[in-house]
Amino acid sequence: MNVTDKKDSSVSSGAREYLTFRLDKEEYGIDILKVQEIRGYEPPTRIAHAPEFIKGVVNLRGTIVPIVDMRIKFNCEHAEYDNFTVVIILNLRERVVGVVVDSVSDVMELAPENIQSAPDIESAIDSTCIYGLGSVNDRMLILLDIEKLMSSVEMGLVSVGE
Amino acid sequence: MADIHQEAGGGADFDLSQFYQIFFEEAGENLDQMEQILLDLDLESAQDEELNGIFRCAHSIKGGAATFGFADVAELTHHMESLLDKLRRHEITPVPQMVDVLLESADASRVLLARHQAGSQDEAPSYAGLVRRISELASGVALAEPEPTPVAVSPSPVPAPPPAEAVAAPGSPVPTGQRQLLVRIGPLERVESADAIKELFRDIAGLGTIADQAVDDASMRAFRVETSSSDEDLLDLFAFHVAKEHVSITPVASSAQSSTPIAAHADGDSTYGFFQNAPGLPGQSPMAGAAAAGQSVAKAETNRPLAPKTADAKAGAQPHMESATIRVAVSKVDQLINLVGELVITQAMLAQNSQDLDAAVYQQLLAGLADLDRNTRDLQESVMSIRMIPMSIVFSRFPRMLRDLANKLGKKVDLVTLGEATELDKGLVEKITDPLTHLVRNSGDHGIEMPADRLAKGKPEHGTITLSASHQGGSIVIEVKDDGRGLSREKILRKAHERGIEVSEHATDAEVWQLIFAPGFSTADVVTDVSGRGVGLDVVKRNIAALNGTVEVDSSEGYGMRVSVRLPLTLAIMDGMSVGVEDEVYILPLSSVVESFQVKDDEVSTVAQGSRLVKVRDEYMPVIAMEKIFQVPRNGSERSSTIMVVVEADGSRVALLVDELLGQHQVVVKNLESNYRKVPNVSGATILGDGRVALILDTGSLVRRARH
Repeated sequence: MNVTDKKDSSVSSGAREYLTFRLDKEEYGIDILKVQEIRGYEPPTRIAHAPEFIKGVVNLRGTIVPIVDMRIKFNCEHAEYDNFTVVIILNLRERVVGVVVDSVSDVMELAPENIQSAPDIESAIDSTCIYGLGSVNDRMLILLDIEKLMSSVEMGLVSVGE
Repeated sequence: MADIHQEAGGGADFDLSQFYQIFFEEAGENLDQMEQILLDLDLESAQDEELNGIFRCAHSIKGGAATFGFADVAELTHHMESLLDKLRRHEITPVPQMVDVLLESADASRVLLARHQAGSQDEAPSYAGLVRRISELASGVALAEPEPTPVAVSPSPVPAPPPAEAVAAPGSPVPTGQRQLLVRIGPLERVESADAIKELFRDIAGLGTIADQAVDDASMRAFRVETSSSDEDLLDLFAFHVAKEHVSITPVASSAQSSTPIAAHADGDSTYGFFQNAPGLPGQSPMAGAAAAGQSVAKAETNRPLAPKTADAKAGAQPHMESATIRVAVSKVDQLINLVGELVITQAMLAQNSQDLDAAVYQQLLAGLADLDRNTRDLQESVMSIRMIPMSIVFSRFPRMLRDLANKLGKKVDLVTLGEATELDKGLVEKITDPLTHLVRNSGDHGIEMPADRLAKGKPEHGTITLSASHQGGSIVIEVKDDGRGLSREKILRKAHERGIEVSEHATDAEVWQLIFAPGFSTADVVTDVSGRGVGLDVVKRNIAALNGTVEVDSSEGYGMRVSVRLPLTLAIMDGMSVGVEDEVYILPLSSVVESFQVKDDEVSTVAQGSRLVKVRDEYMPVIAMEKIFQVPRNGSERSSTIMVVVEADGSRVALLVDELLGQHQVVVKNLESNYRKVPNVSGATILGDGRVALILDTGSLVRRARH
């Protein structure tokens, strides 16, 4: 009896908070717990032979942090840098990575029932890194498994096969 | 048979004095800990863990003291240990007197240790009374006989101790010359566990030598041991790996003396039924027990005039035990190093920003900044040095190991060590020890030939293994070199084909040598029990790679082999030279910079494929254009590099073509891989005065790149 009660309550309290951001016209959400801070963009130190979307590394209070421009990775048309360009610093268990997005919208709470699994879609990234689509009112949020995305081979952030 | 530089013999092989300080500190800590547990001990319900804890403390002190030849401490702690051993096996019941006597013994040990530490030649305080009281308590007599008189008067009222105790009678831990023993171990379910005992002999300096002895029974192991330690001590040591009941020690020379296996601590001890039969049974109540104890102690002291002396000596000697060092968690040191790194960067930033200030106007500010500069640097050096320890700590284990190895294999090996003072980060030292041990063992086992073979080849009978450590431009290089048979290209290739590893017949030697690091690859003809089981070099390589290090092999068949391990100074602060290419800044390790000069067109020539060479004095060296290998974008400007910096690594030189030289400064090396991946030709990153990140060049890989 108690068991079912517990289960129910855990489901209903399973709502999680997502930081939402814009890339061009699309809206994305990532687990807020993975976000360390949000900063403005400063020119990073370029790294030779890195993929185009890796802008380089910056100094974040003594830590060397790679900067990934999600707009380039996601094939957005515009990827310009100005005073309003936003970098989301992610803290992914072992790594700190900064991602450049067009703008950060807000923090939203999504209950599991508001999330449906992602249909098979063609996208600029490995579709397994999209774990669902969230609907809030009439907006659609693309929920990213940011940790998986950042550690995937295609991001080139992690050394492989040494 | 074997012969190592250090002359053969017992415990006097090595200069142990370098480890004295560590021992004193550890012993002090152990005593403190023992005292703490003793004081907290609830006799009514003593936990096994507590009893074991006290035992371990006494045991470690004893082991160390015996190793370092502090016989008095070893003996005293040995008796304490015997008592504690019975306690933890529940053969006797803990009583308050035991705590008292153990505390007193701990104090006495402290006094004795302090004497050794101070190198005092005075007469040592006697601890015979303590020993006697411990023995009494251990045999349960003190409680059994409420009348303390006979105890105090008679020197030995204790019922005859069991044989094992007799062996351990006063004085026995004192080395009494070498003895030849036959140690039989078994029957064991997992007979391999007995092999670990050999490790003990390898690891504990001065313990003696051990050699395998043939044995019929598969569940048994037999060793021939030469040692000056007592049977009891050996049993205690072996107890780490096998139960005492499974060990039998027989002297080789006169087996008649004690051919019965010494099963430690005959179980009879606990059956002295004094407790139940004691006339003063009510004395078991804690109050009465304590009273009896007090009486007994008081009586004991009046009867033993030496006891007060002990107390005096303690008071006098205590200050010497004050530790000159402290132990702190490594993480705290790391944090300190990181903070200082940040401070250095901030300081550099201030220095840079203040460069253009008018010295006349800002005189005081600039003076302050200059002080800050100096203080920061000093602070940084001090902090860094906390973690640095000399390689001799690692190297010191090898003479012993090689000696045993040579003994076993019947080889003659000399060990030469160089660069022992080279300091390496503590974290690295710990991690490099195992791989190095493996490499040295490999050299001894596979590399060095048997004396007869060596003579036949016209080599000296003694093989030489050279261990060296040195700093080479931002990294430390540790070499293991032997003048043995070297690697056989043909044999390795054959093995590789057998194992289905694809290798071209035209592979370079270096590529072939790298094959020996393939998993499960062994070129040993015979699998010995030292090596050649195929667990090996691949693990070594992996461990070194995990430290961001590299392993290189160089060999010449018949002449020997050299394995170079190159390790980065992971958290080093390094002197760097910054160079500019367009708007970008790169750091060169200053230690690898040879010279720099302005280049003229006619000094650069090209060879067939377009590689450029520059002639510096009489030497041609490859030119590496930084803008090319780092794909530096030229923002439309027609500017071209005209400055060359000659860097040297691995004994080769290349000339780097850069736009400008920016300056020299200390840089804090940051790991690029912690958040990003490895970048070719880059060994790390640092933060410049203005907060920007600059990449540190890996001159070694630049040189290697130019070579191929």
